[in-house]
Amino acid sequence: MSLRPEDVQRIAHLARLAITEEETQRTLAQLNDIFGMIERMRAVDTEGVVPMSHPLGGAQRLRADAVTDVPDRERNLANAPARQDGLFLVPRVLE
Amino acid sequence: MARNSQSDYTGWQVVIGLETHAQLSTASKIFSGASTAFGAEPNTQASVVDLALPGVLPVLNRGAVERAIRFGLAVGATIAPRSVFARKNYFYPDLPKGYQISQYEIPVVQGGSLACIVEGKGFEPYAKTVRLTRAHLEEDAGKSLHEDYSGMSGIDLNRAGTPLLEIVTEPDIQVDDIEQAASEAVAYARALHSLVTWLGICDGNMQEGSFRCDANVSVRRPGAGLGTRCEIKNLNSFRFMHQAIVYEAKRQIDLIDAGDRVVQETRLYDPDRDETRSMRSKEDAMDYRYFPDPDLLPLEIDAAWIERVRAELPELPAAKRTRFASAYGLSDYDAGLLTADAATAGYFEQVVAALPPGQAKLAANWINGDVAAAVNAAAGSIATCPVDAARLAGLLVRVADGTINQKAAKEVFAALWSGEGATADAVIESRGLRQISDAGALVAIVQAVLAANPKSVEEFRAGKEKAFNALVGQVMKQSRGKANPQQVNDILRDKLAG
Repeated sequence: MSLRPEDVQRIAHLARLAITEEETQRTLAQLNDIFGMIERMRAVDTEGVVPMSHPLGGAQRLRADAVTDVPDRERNLANAPARQDGLFLVPRVLE
Repeated sequence: MARNSQSDYTGWQVVIGLETHAQLSTASKIFSGASTAFGAEPNTQASVVDLALPGVLPVLNRGAVERAIRFGLAVGATIAPRSVFARKNYFYPDLPKGYQISQYEIPVVQGGSLACIVEGKGFEPYAKTVRLTRAHLEEDAGKSLHEDYSGMSGIDLNRAGTPLLEIVTEPDIQVDDIEQAASEAVAYARALHSLVTWLGICDGNMQEGSFRCDANVSVRRPGAGLGTRCEIKNLNSFRFMHQAIVYEAKRQIDLIDAGDRVVQETRLYDPDRDETRSMRSKEDAMDYRYFPDPDLLPLEIDAAWIERVRAELPELPAAKRTRFASAYGLSDYDAGLLTADAATAGYFEQVVAALPPGQAKLAANWINGDVAAAVNAAAGSIATCPVDAARLAGLLVRVADGTINQKAAKEVFAALWSGEGATADAVIESRGLRQISDAGALVAIVQAVLAANPKSVEEFRAGKEKAFNALVGQVMKQSRGKANPQQVNDILRDKLAG
């Protein structure tokens, strides 16, 4: 399969990236190269191989359910461009 | 726009699947050590992990996983020996990372089912089993506050990272009647609510958003393929859930009848106007571009852990209901009410244990009757009922042994509720409610009443049974409600016959 320029535009939009026409063309070529590699890999017989979800082996380590972190709100809000009443302020979002 | 007459909507089938977010009752968040307590000052429980500051990494909370296992075992699901966390990508200011950590291809709980009793108008109660597709672990987002902050929105990230179990059903609710379809959805939601609180994995507080149900509703002609569905959100009570589904099904039928088509979208229920409104088109939002989260290794759950959790499971509501019915000789209905939540079931068992044998039905009647009514009227819960199990048992012992009659018992209950006396016996003494069972005293009262009411006596002898009741009433009144009603009956019949 190969991508069209509209696909690249859509992916960019979903990631909220503004890309120029020239960038779209360049990215399209790169992504299609990657799809080409994937096509080649698909030819390998993977019957019975467990899909890999992480490059490292092993399993997730778990922590005990305990409150160990009391956040410093003042510090965490210090870099916010706008704040009020302990809230981060952002441009108005309406559903 | 929805028509009012039910008959206009015949010939349609409503299909419903449900997605429920149950907030897990852990002390700390799913991936950070910050507290999950409700109602804290804004952003005082948002840690650097919840805020997605650069360089931080999530560490999974064992308590959240354990609760998911509890749930899975309780619904007869498969606990995945290996499950994978994925990133669900979308942009919203209350989601600092730009993605939500969830599970996608391999969820921790797979399959299972939940049984419920469907009740409603126009049909007999019946049992229904809804199959579960899956239940997966994920993190909650923060909260956006749209009040006026100098024309901006305020963001509180205290809730960000709170563990959720999202429980998804198959579209197993398929009913040809709109009201009944809504009743089935509510029955499922109630059973699920009861189960998660029973298991202690979720506090079930719908107002605080600890238990949030979304309904996927579509309509079709019976036998046709599935229609386009809409997801209804903001169903923060069972009553609203019922109303929202009824409204939405009618809206969709009206659309199709008018030659339009249903658009797949998320709709918000507005209880003030009793309608659903379009929230966002799913066209864009659907593309979440899930991929395995490289920050988290696969979650592995070994058989020993599962068995340990299984051994700690409490007796489940369905099993307890069956046992109550058989061991105590209760009706299935009574047993169902008593096992609607863990607190009520525990209360009942404590009361029964303190009563002489054979009084379980008396206890059930009181708990499902006067106690439930008082708790509901006070908008409280059985756990905080001022008449605790020991006090109620003390009262019922006196009903069972004939010390007081039912009328006096209600008075004692009200006095105990208001804190007038420490025990039923104390209230009975201080108010002088001891039932008059002394035959001599009762005969004297009966004779006085007969002498004072010659007209009623005459009427009774002329065959009017009503007159008898009037005489009983007079005797009860003269005894200030303390006469043993059965004895009064016997003595009156005896004297009138003589």
